[in-house]
Amino acid sequence: MEAAETDIKLKKPEEKGEVVVNIAHVAKSFGNKDVLKDINLQLKRGENVVVLGKSGQGKSVTIQCIVGMLTPDKGTVKVFGNDVAQMGEEQIKELRIKIGFLFQSGALYDSMTVRENMEFPLTRIKKMTDQAEIDKLVEEALDGVGLKDAIDKMPSDLSGGMRKRAGLARTLIMQPEIMLYDEPTTGLDPITSREISELILRMQEKYKTSSIIITHDMECARITADRIVIMNDGEYIAEGSYEELENSEDEFIRSFFNQTK
Amino acid sequence: MAEQAIPGYKKWLEAVGDQGVFFSSFFRNLFRGGFEWSEFVRQCYEIGYRSMMLVGITSFIMGLVLILQLRPSLLELGAESMLPRTLAVSFIREIGPVIIAIICAGKVASGIGAELGSMKVTEQIDAMEVSGANPLQYLVVTRVLATAFMVPLLTLIGDAIGLFGGFLALNFTDDISFSLYFTKCISSLEFMDLLPAVVKTIFFGFAIGFVGCYKGYNSNKGTESVGLAANSAVVTASLWIFVIDALAVQITSILFYR
Ligand SMILES: Nc1ncnc2c1ncn2[C@@H]1O[C@H](COP(=O)(O)OP(=O)(O)OP(=O)(O)O)[C@@H](O)[C@H]1O
Ligand SMILES: [Mg+2]
Repeated sequence: MEAAETDIKLKKPEEKGEVVVNIAHVAKSFGNKDVLKDINLQLKRGENVVVLGKSGQGKSVTIQCIVGMLTPDKGTVKVFGNDVAQMGEEQIKELRIKIGFLFQSGALYDSMTVRENMEFPLTRIKKMTDQAEIDKLVEEALDGVGLKDAIDKMPSDLSGGMRKRAGLARTLIMQPEIMLYDEPTTGLDPITSREISELILRMQEKYKTSSIIITHDMECARITADRIVIMNDGEYIAEGSYEELENSEDEFIRSFFNQTK
Repeated sequence: MAEQAIPGYKKWLEAVGDQGVFFSSFFRNLFRGGFEWSEFVRQCYEIGYRSMMLVGITSFIMGLVLILQLRPSLLELGAESMLPRTLAVSFIREIGPVIIAIICAGKVASGIGAELGSMKVTEQIDAMEVSGANPLQYLVVTRVLATAFMVPLLTLIGDAIGLFGGFLALNFTDDISFSLYFTKCISSLEFMDLLPAVVKTIFFGFAIGFVGCYKGYNSNKGTESVGLAANSAVVTASLWIFVIDALAVQITSILFYR
C-alpha cells in the first residue's frame, strides 16, 4: 500500500512488451502462517509465465491477489499499472472482465447446462442479447476444447477432464487480456493435457493474451512457457527459460524437471 | 492460539457485523438493476412448489388435531359452536404462519444453505465473482425475494388446508355442513386478523432466505462446512422466526388493539 496511486482509472495499454501485471514485495499470511513472504513478478504483454512449486506453497494465493479476491498484507499488485488494493468495486469489476481465471476444479455452475454456463458471462457481463451471435460464440468456444457434443449436458454428467475443459471454454469465451490458469492440465490424460497446453499457446498467439500458468505438469510447462519461475517457501527462488532451469546447478530446481524422464 | 484469546462476545459481535454487511450489500444489489427474473421464477418454483406437499400435509393434520384437542374443552364450557371460530383465529393468526415458517426453515433455509455452501466449496461463487458477474445479485437477491414471496403464499394455502382439516374433524362428531363451517370461520375473521398475519410471513420468508444465503455464502471451504451451513441456517432461521413473531405480536397489538 505504498505509493498511493492518484490516477486509478484503468489505462489503455498498447505498447508491446509493456508490463501488464506487476507484483512487488507481496507478503500474505493466514493466521500465523506466512504463506507468501516476498513475491516479485512482472508479466509482460503476450508472455506466458509458468509458476512451479510444491503443493501448498501459495501459488493459488498469488494469483488470487491479482484479481483482488485476496488482499496482500504487504507489497503491491498492479495490473495495467493500477494498484488492485486501491480499486473501488466498479474498477475491480472492470478489471476482472479483462482477466480470465481458470479454477483448479473448473468451477462449472452445476445448476446450469454446459450451454447456460457458457452463456452466463456473455449475457450477464457483456450484456449480449443477440441469440444467434451468442450461439455462435458458445459453439466456437466449446469446439475449441472439443466439447461440442456435451453442449446440452449438465456438469454432473461430465467427467473431471471435461468439466475442466468446459471451465476453460467459459473463461476463454470472454477473450480476456490476461489469463490465470490454476493447474489447467491436472487430472487430465496426456493427450488432452497436450491439447490444453497447445490451446494456451494458441490463445497467446491469436489474442496476444498474457498468461500466468500454475502447473505441476512439466510437459505443459515445456510447451507453454516463455519463462518459468520456481516458488519455494513464499518466495520465487529461480527464474529462467525451460532449458536454463532444466540444466540448473541447483539440485532442487532440477528435481522439478526429472519427473518427465 | 490467537483465535482462542478472542472472547466469545467479540466473535458474536463480529458475526452480527458480518450479517449487517451482508444485509447492506443485499440491499445495494436489490436496487442495482438487471434483476434476474428467470432465476427468480425458477427459485419460486423450487421453493414454493416443492414445499407445497409438506406444507399441505402438515397444515391438514394441524387443523384436524386442533379441532380434536379443542373440542372437549369448549364442550365443557358449552361453547361448542365456537369451534370453527377458535380454530380460524388461532390458526390464521399464529399457528399457521409459525408452523409453516418453521417447516420452510427446515426445508428451504437448509436447502439454500447447502446449495450456496457447496457452490462456495467448489469455487463456483468465486468463479462467478472473479468473472466480473455479480453472484449476490444472481444467487442471493433472487433467493431472498423468492422466499419472501413464496412463504406468504404457502401460508395462505396452508391456512386454507388447515381449516379444511378442521372441518373434516368436526364433521366426524358434529354434523356441520361445509358452507356453514366456512361461513363461521370467515365471519369470525377480520381484516385485522389477516393483514398482520400475512405481513409477518413476508418477514418470516425474508429471514429464511436471508439466513440461508448468508450461511451458505459465507461458509468455509471444506466439505464439512456444507453440512454446517445447512444446519446453522435452520437453527438461526427458526430462532429468527420466533423473534420476529414476538415482535409482530407487540407491533400488531399497539397498532390495532389499543
Ligand atoms: N482463503 C484462505 N484462508 C486461509 N488459508 C488459506 C486461504 N487460501 C489459501 N490458504 C492457505 O495458504 C496455503 C497455500 O495455499 P495455495 O492454495 O495457494 O497452495 P498452492 O501452492 O496453490 O497448492 P496446490 O498446488 O496444492 O494447489 C495453504 O496452506 C492454504 O491452507
Ligand atoms: Mg493451488
